[in-house]
Amino acid sequence: MSNHVSTYKPQSRMAKWWDDRLPIARLMHDSFVDFPTPRNLNYLWTFGGILSFCLVAQIVTGLVLAMHYQPSGADAFNSVERIRRDVNFGWMIRNFHAVGASMFFVAVYIHIFRGLYYGSYKAPREILWILGVLIFLAMMATAFMGYALPWGQMSFWGVTVITNLFSSLDGVVPGVGTAIVTWLWGGFSVSGATLNRFFSLHYLLPFVIMGLVILHVWALHVAGQNNPTGLDLKHKSDSVPMAPFAVMKDAVGLFAFLIVFAWFVFFLPDYLGHADNYIEANPLVTPPHIVPEWYFLPFYAILRAIPSKLGGVLAMFGAIAVLFFVPWLDTSRVRSTKYRPIYRWFFWLFVISCLALGYLGAKPADGIYVFWARVFTFYYFAHFLIVMPIVGLIETPKQLPRSITEDVLGPGKQTGGGMGIPAGAAAAPEKR
Amino acid sequence: MIKTSLRAASVALAVVLALAPLPVMGAGGEHIVIDKQQWPFAGFRGQFNAGQLQRGFQVYQENCSSCHGLKRLAFRNLVQPGGPEFPEDSVKSLAAGWPNKITDGPNDKGKMFERPAKLSDPILGPHKNEAEARDAFNGALPPDFSVIAKARGIEPTAPWYTHIFLMMRDIATGYQEGGPDYIYALLTGYKNAPKDFNLSDGMNYNAAFPGHQIAMVPPLAKDNFVKYQDGKGSLEQNAKDVAAFLAWAADPSLNERKRIGWQVMLYLLVTTVLLFLAKKRIWSRIKH
Repeated sequence: MSNHVSTYKPQSRMAKWWDDRLPIARLMHDSFVDFPTPRNLNYLWTFGGILSFCLVAQIVTGLVLAMHYQPSGADAFNSVERIRRDVNFGWMIRNFHAVGASMFFVAVYIHIFRGLYYGSYKAPREILWILGVLIFLAMMATAFMGYALPWGQMSFWGVTVITNLFSSLDGVVPGVGTAIVTWLWGGFSVSGATLNRFFSLHYLLPFVIMGLVILHVWALHVAGQNNPTGLDLKHKSDSVPMAPFAVMKDAVGLFAFLIVFAWFVFFLPDYLGHADNYIEANPLVTPPHIVPEWYFLPFYAILRAIPSKLGGVLAMFGAIAVLFFVPWLDTSRVRSTKYRPIYRWFFWLFVISCLALGYLGAKPADGIYVFWARVFTFYYFAHFLIVMPIVGLIETPKQLPRSITEDVLGPGKQTGGGMGIPAGAAAAPEKR
Repeated sequence: MIKTSLRAASVALAVVLALAPLPVMGAGGEHIVIDKQQWPFAGFRGQFNAGQLQRGFQVYQENCSSCHGLKRLAFRNLVQPGGPEFPEDSVKSLAAGWPNKITDGPNDKGKMFERPAKLSDPILGPHKNEAEARDAFNGALPPDFSVIAKARGIEPTAPWYTHIFLMMRDIATGYQEGGPDYIYALLTGYKNAPKDFNLSDGMNYNAAFPGHQIAMVPPLAKDNFVKYQDGKGSLEQNAKDVAAFLAWAADPSLNERKRIGWQVMLYLLVTTVLLFLAKKRIWSRIKH
């Protein structure tokens, strides 16, 4: 945290020499070893570390795949098949990358819902939250362009449908939409030129995400981590040093997550994909149902729920844009939903709406499905624009514990309110 | 024998179930129920059975290969571990005698020429290109079979409230065999069209095919199937073996993948338990 005094002591002359010139070891020590983490964090807080792993894993596997992949309309599909069949362990690297994209989104959705539940977006973490939304947006762009690369039928038609959305801008200024679409495609239809630029951007964006993640972690280390009570760190006894406490917990969370990850990589590599993407892209044959990857389904349902094309596009982008304003839409005095008796019901209703929209996004857009998609789309926006401001004002929060320490140890066990009595954990664990 | 007739009965039942709602729902919104089959390579412990893949290749060679290519596979793949594992010498002579020759060149005279296939060459179908194939089949295109088992699947037909449970079951059991299930249903799905069904000219009725009209003539029949080396065989057995062979063709690394998968799972499970114990020990220093 910003007011945290560095405890780094260089152990050798070499380390001292470096520390006087570029104190990077000190930065790492203060950020990831001695960094004070709330002592009451639960396993939902391990997803930050898990997401860092996902990003690095995607970059490493992607790097190897790019050595074998041919980004051209004629060869892309063939080269992916070559990777699956003839490259040494190509099947494993390719499965890891494809499943990894899905796992990245599993983790990021848990991470986002955790932030929403415990009010991690509220002051002083607004910038931290906004950086997170930007990372989410960049992830969506990267995943969308990555899905184009195998150049199967779903790749091709997914790109066609989504890029075509921009043509709805013709309704605002005639010609602008078409011009943007032509510019995106690099021609007058989705073609090898489109694939080539998508590959280029797919390679670029992960490094943009990396930069945003660095800012995200920086902002996190200035404001400090939120925790299940939503209370600020007040006493030294409220926190434990990141190493070994939080690091160890992160490691358990990461490996438990990797069990699920590996299960999909080795036993269900194609479960999360679509069979049609094993058919080579063909501009002359449209698949009966064009569906995006599962992690886009809720937004796809919102897009199709609105009767007008432009309206649907605006709603879809609005569904993400609204997240930027969450810190100011929530009027509650307390952060954590644990202490919010009314809001908690609405939170779970919101979770159900997102799952329902995901289900409806995979269904054809007709009949009863459209009706329900509209109901849940309405609630998606109402949750942010109506429920969050109003419930925060009318709700009386439950009694908060006086501190994190009291929450953990029980009432009255307050260790000396910053009076210089050291927390056992931080100071001398062996003496406890 | 009992198994076979049971299977036939269940297919018949599936057909009845699939056809029953036809007049009401029409061709568009109708769901076709495809039965799941037992496969030796299914689930998280399954491995390909080389004998079944060899029989399946025989069905492909004697029946399918007259229209369908297998261009992403090389003859050498038929030798490699985890596949049909034919002896190398017999695959060499198979390749040399394969009717669809390899176009090579240009030679010293600048001319392209045809030569017999080698182990490293792809298993080609009879047509040089799509136009030639379409010309031969009245405008229809017999698809290449290299990834066909991955490119087909089963659409979930369950009501919405059971969806999540069926999904969990498929994930827990490692179900990935929608492709071969569909191929089996298709090959055994040729029936006489119902009386009120409007079948177009040159098309055939098939219970499993979306829309029920398929250009492919029945490749196998009750009285016209491939006889194996032991003189036995049946429509159902042929369909099953060739579906298994195509599943291998689309996913030749399955055996290795699942074998390594178990080692990875074991390593991760043990490490997670050890990490958890270490974490408990470290956190026991403080109340939490």
